[in-house]
Amino acid sequence: MAVVTEFQKAAYVAGQAADARVNVEIEAEGMTLNIGPQHPATHGTLRIVVRLDGEQVVWAEPVCGYMHRGYEKLTEVRTYPQVTTLVNRIDWLGSFANEVPFILAAEKLMDVEAPPRAQWIRTALFELGRLANITLFLGDMGVQLGALTPVFYAFRDREHVLNLIEAATGGRFHPNYDRIGGLKEDLPKGWVTEVKSAMSRIRTFCDEMEDLLVGNEIFETRTRGIGLVPAAVGLEYGLSGANIRASGVDWDIRRDEDSPLAWKHCDWKVWTHPDGDCFARYWVRLQEVREATKIVEQLLDGLPSGPIQAKVPRIIKVPAGEAWVHTDNPLGEMGYYVVSKGGLGPFRTKIRTPSFSNISILPWLLRGVYVPDVITILASLYFILGDIDR
Amino acid sequence: MGLVESGHMPKPLTQLLNTARKYSLWIYQWGLACCGLELGAAIGSPRYDIMRLGVIPFPSGARQADLVVIAGTVTDKMSPPIRRLYEQMPDPKYVISMGSCSNCGGPYWDSYSVTKGVDQIIPVDVYVPGCPPRPEALLEGIVLLQQRIQQEDMASRWRGDPIVVGA
Repeated sequence: MAVVTEFQKAAYVAGQAADARVNVEIEAEGMTLNIGPQHPATHGTLRIVVRLDGEQVVWAEPVCGYMHRGYEKLTEVRTYPQVTTLVNRIDWLGSFANEVPFILAAEKLMDVEAPPRAQWIRTALFELGRLANITLFLGDMGVQLGALTPVFYAFRDREHVLNLIEAATGGRFHPNYDRIGGLKEDLPKGWVTEVKSAMSRIRTFCDEMEDLLVGNEIFETRTRGIGLVPAAVGLEYGLSGANIRASGVDWDIRRDEDSPLAWKHCDWKVWTHPDGDCFARYWVRLQEVREATKIVEQLLDGLPSGPIQAKVPRIIKVPAGEAWVHTDNPLGEMGYYVVSKGGLGPFRTKIRTPSFSNISILPWLLRGVYVPDVITILASLYFILGDIDR
Repeated sequence: MGLVESGHMPKPLTQLLNTARKYSLWIYQWGLACCGLELGAAIGSPRYDIMRLGVIPFPSGARQADLVVIAGTVTDKMSPPIRRLYEQMPDPKYVISMGSCSNCGGPYWDSYSVTKGVDQIIPVDVYVPGCPPRPEALLEGIVLLQQRIQQEDMASRWRGDPIVVGA
């Protein structure tokens, strides 16, 4: 038993008293501001409770769950082909990127490999999903800072990408195009030439954004040095994707890990930025869009011919086992851990979504910043509510 | 009690007021889920351009809005704020339920956390089906709502079945 001296007791009491005094002071001077759950700057229904001292945030807490739809439980009562429909709706901006890892996990369990043509088309549509997702971010970041023009450009050019996805898959937002062992159907005639013209439009859009925002003095003042995430802290909080690449960590699952998808056949670059501030996150995503257009063009140039569906049984039963497949989603690292007991549907699915980890840094990141910068940081971290709450 | 509240107005005056009302609908956007992006495309994209129908986006708050579009999944946690903001809107107010989720639960019909239809908490005037509906479907819903506003008189505002787009 430890001996507690009188001096230690006195020190403890004094410390408690000092804490109480500090708390009382904060209570007296601070203000609690509730942002959300319905607020234009939160991309949906995120609620953030911030405690202010003057105009500085002393404490912030994101409140999630306003968009919780119970995905992990729902997958247990659906069959494997039905789950694809559900997981489209997790990150609704880049839907195709959500269904690919789940299908890959199921294929891994069944020991089926889709033919090369199917894998190449999958990868191309994955990157189109990335374009549909991040082009909106590039415009939306301007809106959060008070520049309304970029978002109109973003919606205009995003329509071209959505038209392509619709032409190939039949759905503007939710393609539901992947099947276990292949794809629903082959690409329509003339699609490849349309993609070429759309990709050049997207590159023009990137140049426009560079002219409108990146060189803009107000934009730079409001983003440079705001929301600094050091690489070590970001990794501890589990940041992934462009958010961690903007802190100088050269990590991209598409390049670093072997996957059946076709990125390894393309010539592209992973961009990083040493700063780790809001500007870096914007800049990295801008380059990511440019690289994605390059990947799509290269994939469609070298598209192999052949079947698009491997041989699978008509009623899909997945053998017992466990599989973990993750890819680099538009928002970051997205993965599915599928546990099968040999039935028609998964026994248990764990969905690792990037936005949930990305916003977990908010209490640390928002401490000490000014209120207008809260909006900048939220916009630059770029989360989708369905991706947070699932 | 004024002329409008009494509900007994001469017909030409009602027509005039209705025309004024239907072309200045301030729309309060509830971008909840996927449909919120299609609503955003209808508002923000030059291709759809909701403003040419006389619908004005981005009021400062629910207290200045005439029309609310519930676009997306309504969860049980989100229902109380929706109810509260609906009650803040001044009369006459209209509700468009956009997408399968807010119509009836949609793909989450057996989920434990999703409200199966926003009509359980607030009255709905127009249902726009689809998952998500195209922006054109939302525009048609708004046009149908405007036709109904043109026809209604002040006394019979609360009667009538909801409109279903495409039905």
